[in-house]
Amino acid sequence: MEGHSVEELLAKAERDEAEKLQRITVHKELELEFDLGNLLATDRNPPTAVRSAGPTPEADLRALARDNTQLLINQLWQLPTERVEEALVARLPEPTTRLPREKPVPRPRPLTRWQQFARLKGIRPKKKTNLVWDEVSGQWRRRWGYQRARDDTKEWLIEVPGGADPMEDQFAKRIQAKKERVAKNELNRLRNLARAHKTQLPSAAGMHPTGHQSKEELGRAMQVAKVSTASVGRFQERLPKEKAPRGSGKKRKFQPLFGDFAAEKKSQLELLRVMNSKKPQLDVTRATNKQMREEDQEEAAKRRKMSQKGKRKRGRQGPGGKRKGGPPSQGGKRKGGLGGKMNSGPPGLGGKRKGRQHQGGKRRK
Amino acid sequence: MLIKGGNANLTVTQVLRDVYALKKPYGVLYKKKNITRPFEDQTSLEFFSKKSDCSLFMFGSHNKKRPNNLVIGRMYDYHVLDMIELGIEKFVSLKDIKNSKCPEGTKPMLIFAGDDFDVTEDYRRLKSLLIDFFRGPTVSNIRLAGLEYVLHFTALNGKIYFRSYKLLLKKSGCRTPRIELEEMGPSLDLVLRRTHLASDDLYKLSMKTPKALKPKKKKNISHDTFGTTYGRIHMQKQDLSKLQTRKMKGLKKRPAERITEDQEKKSKKMKKH
Repeated sequence: MEGHSVEELLAKAERDEAEKLQRITVHKELELEFDLGNLLATDRNPPTAVRSAGPTPEADLRALARDNTQLLINQLWQLPTERVEEALVARLPEPTTRLPREKPVPRPRPLTRWQQFARLKGIRPKKKTNLVWDEVSGQWRRRWGYQRARDDTKEWLIEVPGGADPMEDQFAKRIQAKKERVAKNELNRLRNLARAHKTQLPSAAGMHPTGHQSKEELGRAMQVAKVSTASVGRFQERLPKEKAPRGSGKKRKFQPLFGDFAAEKKSQLELLRVMNSKKPQLDVTRATNKQMREEDQEEAAKRRKMSQKGKRKRGRQGPGGKRKGGPPSQGGKRKGGLGGKMNSGPPGLGGKRKGRQHQGGKRRK
Repeated sequence: MLIKGGNANLTVTQVLRDVYALKKPYGVLYKKKNITRPFEDQTSLEFFSKKSDCSLFMFGSHNKKRPNNLVIGRMYDYHVLDMIELGIEKFVSLKDIKNSKCPEGTKPMLIFAGDDFDVTEDYRRLKSLLIDFFRGPTVSNIRLAGLEYVLHFTALNGKIYFRSYKLLLKKSGCRTPRIELEEMGPSLDLVLRRTHLASDDLYKLSMKTPKALKPKKKKNISHDTFGTTYGRIHMQKQDLSKLQTRKMKGLKKRPAERITEDQEKKSKKMKKH
C-alpha cells in the first residue's frame, strides 16, 4: 500500500514538473541558432503555418514570434547571473556573428628607435628567466620591479670609491642616478609615442636634446633665443647675410576702448557704407590684370636670370663688401632705408617690379 | 542616418521617423529633402556619412516606378559597402498601434525566421545588414528585467515581414518566465528590389579583424577530435615521503623504530661532512 502511494506521489511530482515546463517549452523541428552576444536567434524551420494563413498572417506571425522569443529567453535565462545594485544582471558572451567593420584596421605603429637599431644590427631578444637567485637575501627574486634581486639603491653599505670626495653622499648619488634614468626612459617613451602619432613635441627652449631638428624648428628656436635678452633683442648682432624674421610682430592690433571718438564713428559709418553698397569692393578685372602682369614679370625675371647669371653675381659682391665694412646696425638701417624708399615710390610701378631687379639697378649707379 | 529623398511621401517619412524613434540616441534624422539617387551617385551619401560620422544609413523615396522605396545600407571607411532597396507594401506606424511603448535606448532582441535567409547571397547580406542596423551597442552584461522588446523578421514567399513586439514576462512554474507578446511598434511588409552589394574582396577587407581582437590561444590546452579538452599541468618536484596516502594502521611506525631511524640519519650526515 505504501509502495503504491509512493509511486503515485512520484508520478504526480513528475506530472507537475512536466506541466510547469510545458508552459515554457516549445517544440521545433530544427533547433534555433543563437548568438547571445547580439541577442539574436535564427530559426531555420520553414514557416508553414504562416504560409497557410493566407492574406492576414498576423496572428500566425505573432504565434511564431512568441515561440521563437520563448526559446531565446530560455537560453538567456541559462546564462550566469550576478547581482549589480539590486538588479539581476546576466553576463553575455561575445557576439559570434561576424559583421563588417565600420572603419579600416588601424595601421601598425612605426618602429621605435631601439627597434629600428635592433633590426639593423640583427639583435634578437634573448629569452630571460623571470626569477634570479639573490645571494644577499638567499631567495629567488624578480629580475626587475618590486623587491628585485640586485637593487643598488637599497644597499646598506657603499664603499667610497677611490677618487671621490669623502663628504659626498653616495646613497643620494645612487638615488639621483636612478631618477635620471627613469626620467630619460620616460622621455624616450613619449618621444616614440609622438613619433607614432606624428604630433609636435613640446621642446625645452626650442632645442632637442639629441639634435634631430628641422630647419624651421632651428630657426624658430634661434629667434626665441635672440629675443630673450634683457633688452629684448635690440642689441643682438645679425649675421651678414641673415634676413630679418618675417611675421614676428604683433598679430593683431586692438584699438583702445575709448579714445578717438571721431575716428571710431568714421570707421563704423564706413563699414556700414561698404556693407550697403551694391558694388563689390574687389574689382575682378583689375585683380586679374595685376595677377597676369605679376606672372609675366616672374617669367621675364627667370629668363633674364638664366642669361645674365655672371653679371648678377658681380653686381652683388660690390655692395656686399661695402656693407660688411660698416657697423652692422647701420648696415641694417641702410637696408631698411633703401627698402623704405623703394616702397614709397609710385605704387603702380614699384610694387609690380621685382625687388631684386630694382635694387641691382640702384647699386650699379 | 536617416535621409529623405527628393520626393518622399508621407508613408516613407513616417517609416523613417519610426525607425529613428527605435534607434533614438544613436540616430540622425535629416529633416530636409535631398535630391539624390543612391544607386547612381553615392558621393552625397558618403559626404553625409563623413560629416555625421555614421556608417549605417536609410534613404526613403517614392516615384511611380518604385513606390514607397527604402534603401538601407552601410559604409566601410566612408565608402558605400552594401545597399539594398526594399519596397514597403504595408506599413502600420508606431502611433497607429495604441499601446505602451518601451523606453528608448533599450537593446532589442532580434529573431530571423524562415529558411530563405540562408538560401541566396542577397538574403544573407540583407540579414547581416539588418542585424548591423538594429542591434544596439555591444554590451557585456544585460539586465534580465530590461529585455523589453523583440524585432521579428520572417522571410516568406519573397516578402519579408518585420514586426516588433513588446515583451511581457508571465509567471511560469520554474525560474524562466513564460513569454507573452504584445504588438508595439512599426510593422512593415517589405519586398526586395535592387541590391548593390560590395565586391568579394572589399567585403573580405572590411571583415578583417585586427590581431589584437583575435582570441588568444591558451597554452597547454589541446582539443581532441571528439571534442574532449586536454590540459597539461606542470608540477614541481614532490617530496614523496610527505605524500598524503591512505593510512594503514598496521604499517604505522612504532616510537622505538622511529628513534633508531633518526639516529641512523644523524650518523649518515656526520659521515658526509
